[in-house]
Amino acid sequence: MAGEIWVLVEQWRGRVSDVTYEVLALGREVSAATGASLQAVLLGSDVKDLLPTLGAADGVLVTEHPTLGEPVSEIWALALAQLVERHQPLVLLIPQTNVTMEIGSLLATRLRLPFVNFCRDIQVTDKRLVARCLLYGGKVEATVAPQTPAVLGVLPGVRPQEQGRAERTPTVTAISLDLPAEPPVRFKGYTEPPPGDVDITRENILVAVGRGIQRPENVALAEELAAALGGAVCGSRPVIDQGWLPPSRQVGTSGMIVKPQLYLALGISGAPEHVQGMKDAALIIAINTDPRAPIFSVAHYGAVVDALEVLPVLTEIARSRRRVA
Amino acid sequence: MKLEEEASVMTTATVKPFEREPTLEILLETPEGRRILTCIQCGICAGTCPYGEVMDYPPRRIIGLLRAGMLEEALSNESLLSCVGCYACMAKCPRGIRLTEVLLPVVKEEVFLRLPEIPRELKRALDNTLRYGNPMGAPPSKRAEWVKTSEVPIRVLPQDPRPVDVLWITECYPSYTPRGQEVCRATAKVFHLLGMDFAILGNEERCVGECIRLLGETGLFESLTDHNMATFRKYRFHRIVTSGAHAYDALKHQYPAVGFHYEVEHTTPFLARHLEQLKPMLTKKLNYTVTYHDSCCLGRHNGFYEEPRMLLRAIPGVRLVEMTHNRINALCCGGGGGGMWLDAYYKAKGYERLSERRVREAVATGADVLAISCPYELSRFEDALKVLGYDQKMMVRDVVELLAEAIAA
Amino acid sequence: MLNIMVLVKLVPDVVEELEIASDGRSLDPASVRLILNERDEHALEEALLLKERHGGTVTVVALDVPEVDDVLFTALAKGADRAVKISGVEAGLSTWAIAGALAKALTSSGLVPVDLILTGVQAIDDLDGQTGPIVARLLELPYVGMVCRVEVDVEAHKAVVIREYAGGVTGTFEVSLPAVLGIQSAEKPPRYVPVAKVRAAMKTQQLESVPVPGQGESSSVEILQMAKLEVTGGAVMLEGSPEEIAERIWDLLKERGLV
Repeated sequence: MAGEIWVLVEQWRGRVSDVTYEVLALGREVSAATGASLQAVLLGSDVKDLLPTLGAADGVLVTEHPTLGEPVSEIWALALAQLVERHQPLVLLIPQTNVTMEIGSLLATRLRLPFVNFCRDIQVTDKRLVARCLLYGGKVEATVAPQTPAVLGVLPGVRPQEQGRAERTPTVTAISLDLPAEPPVRFKGYTEPPPGDVDITRENILVAVGRGIQRPENVALAEELAAALGGAVCGSRPVIDQGWLPPSRQVGTSGMIVKPQLYLALGISGAPEHVQGMKDAALIIAINTDPRAPIFSVAHYGAVVDALEVLPVLTEIARSRRRVA
Repeated sequence: MKLEEEASVMTTATVKPFEREPTLEILLETPEGRRILTCIQCGICAGTCPYGEVMDYPPRRIIGLLRAGMLEEALSNESLLSCVGCYACMAKCPRGIRLTEVLLPVVKEEVFLRLPEIPRELKRALDNTLRYGNPMGAPPSKRAEWVKTSEVPIRVLPQDPRPVDVLWITECYPSYTPRGQEVCRATAKVFHLLGMDFAILGNEERCVGECIRLLGETGLFESLTDHNMATFRKYRFHRIVTSGAHAYDALKHQYPAVGFHYEVEHTTPFLARHLEQLKPMLTKKLNYTVTYHDSCCLGRHNGFYEEPRMLLRAIPGVRLVEMTHNRINALCCGGGGGGMWLDAYYKAKGYERLSERRVREAVATGADVLAISCPYELSRFEDALKVLGYDQKMMVRDVVELLAEAIAA
Repeated sequence: MLNIMVLVKLVPDVVEELEIASDGRSLDPASVRLILNERDEHALEEALLLKERHGGTVTVVALDVPEVDDVLFTALAKGADRAVKISGVEAGLSTWAIAGALAKALTSSGLVPVDLILTGVQAIDDLDGQTGPIVARLLELPYVGMVCRVEVDVEAHKAVVIREYAGGVTGTFEVSLPAVLGIQSAEKPPRYVPVAKVRAAMKTQQLESVPVPGQGESSSVEILQMAKLEVTGGAVMLEGSPEEIAERIWDLLKERGLV
């Protein structure tokens, strides 16, 4: 068991998240390069229904305990610390999302292991694990080599999730751990967002606005385009911070994750927190006056021009030419 | 790219210690301040104020409270956030109380210090101005990027610090926004054709700060004046010409108190003085009906009503028409006194946008072109035309743009 | 009455272009201006709101780096009671090393225990860890991250915190105090403080300084290379006037049957 490649399964509210499969795909590559086996690590309480899609892994380590039912980072980190200490994997890959944000640091500190954040690729070079990480809001990439064993936080979008999905249940190893009955952090419940507004996660076409639209009244221009295209308006966090759009329209790691057929990014620079919310859109077209805007590395098409100049023209074209089914 | 020297990085710490607590006792020590005792409570200020009907505490009421010693009530309401610094009240006050220029900033300074919270958009603009020298938060190192797109050579003093006749201050919106840069290019072209010896501060230019002052953030204004004076002292020039109407105001009326002794003009009156030289170059016929919007700073505050009109009339094919409210009665675009960064706040309060009010009046004249001479007006009126759906009917042009257009290639 | 500590750090300001140093593995310091980590500004705001609600003190702690004085005086002007600089640590890139030094300094100086430690949930230079969880573990305090609201029951020594998830969902957690919380956003946007107030704080208040005892731990994540992200192999760029670009976009949408 020592020296294995481990991937923490992000399971939340009864579902394995898509990012888990992305990281399993990456784990598969690291496993192939090192010759070590790939283990999914599944924590929870009553998780049997989550097993059948984890087939990309050679095996899955399962620890079930009532206090692991919800991802309370303190407890998950404690459980993982025991697992890692006992079984000494080469590396543990943790998908970096709102759910798992601090687990890596808590775990790494417990065990005095290196932790690498913001990983967007992992290779094995000369028998060394080398990770490429996005820093400074996505403007700089650092190539790093952690000492192993190590914990790596992996950004969403590293690999297509289909590559990490396989409809079979891998070999299950059930492990029981000693966990405190009364942990210092206790989960109390979830609250759904207030209803009544547009659910942008269900829209096929999203017209997204960022700080580059400059003024709140330009949101109305975006609404006109969205209406003409049969879609909805959303925005990056700065736009919601300013009060130009309600929080339900926010796209990004602390807003909505959207996967529309079309994501038209207007005046959005493309910081990682935002990109993680929309990178899976089928068609991303970005318009920004800054040719170096990080959005252009995730967009399929781009134009370096003022979005406010393109908006009204495109709206007019859509109004006159769109076929309404 | 080398980072600027520590001394030229503008922070709160590089400013001299804050000496004077702004109190009304101090205000009343000055002749100007004592004028508030002569207020006859006629209410013309509130009546002429573009947001007068939505202000719970217009100038008249503030003065009444101050005189009655009810300082707390006068200073703890946010009505004055709706003051856009348009000089309408000051221009009409029968007692000549210098409301916009002196009284209101002092009162607003106190209001500002007491406000429990300020609108987010405004906070961002202020934080950005302190840190980057412009309210947009754009990088200082890109302030002079637009120079690369100029058709005529432009000297940038940090790269070529030889003495120059005219220091041209372009200001923030013209430097960083696409439309503003078009006006800069037009201005540079006209300066060049006039044979002017001019240069810009390039990336060392920072916001001159008048709207910050009118808003009541005096501490930030002092940071800006200190920083700008230090920059001016590095170079040798005779006078300043600026495209910014607010910048003109600050340099002319406020900066002398901190040692500024240069002659300063705004581009419009400056070019009007050079009309004899300019006129023969205006050979292209434009065929526009133009209505001119009087900028609050140039017009009401400094009396430059005829100069822009002289320039416009000199352009062949231009027919000038006047809006109902013109010259001293012009309606402000709503950008001054912080208004530029309070749109979300005004929107939340349900206020009509002043730029929309004015644009309706402009469109009613039937003109093709709304001519302006302040950078705020450019973006605000273009926005308003788009929002009201008049952007095909009418376009906004800076006076200098029209001059440049009339100069055949 | 609550004694709250806020851990803040300064990070490179990405508004200006960052340049890579000649060693190819770090940022060129000449191209770097430092700015307060945005999430830490929220942590400070949440701390000040809690102080307004419950009374008590707010102590702001930061590493002694260039431009930190401005940040600390601004915090004092906003209403913090004490500002402490931790000296004797080389900044560099390692959050792990800095957090370790912080934890040591807090313990040796008697700045802890406090009731609550708030810090921003993450920073743009957190390559090898996040300050909050590391300090929490080293001080053996519980940690909850992604917090957007804090309610404290002072007598019962516990806090109820709201945590942000994607899709507008929030989770409610109860945590025993003392604890460390990683703030994603404060309940209200961070307050503005007039420059005049900051300058007054510079004249009337003092910053304290605490040295880090002993040697720091270095990072076990070796940086092999740093590079600015090139925007190549990314988007197919459309050229032309706004009108031409709009037409091209329309063609793309039609090709995919979207319109």
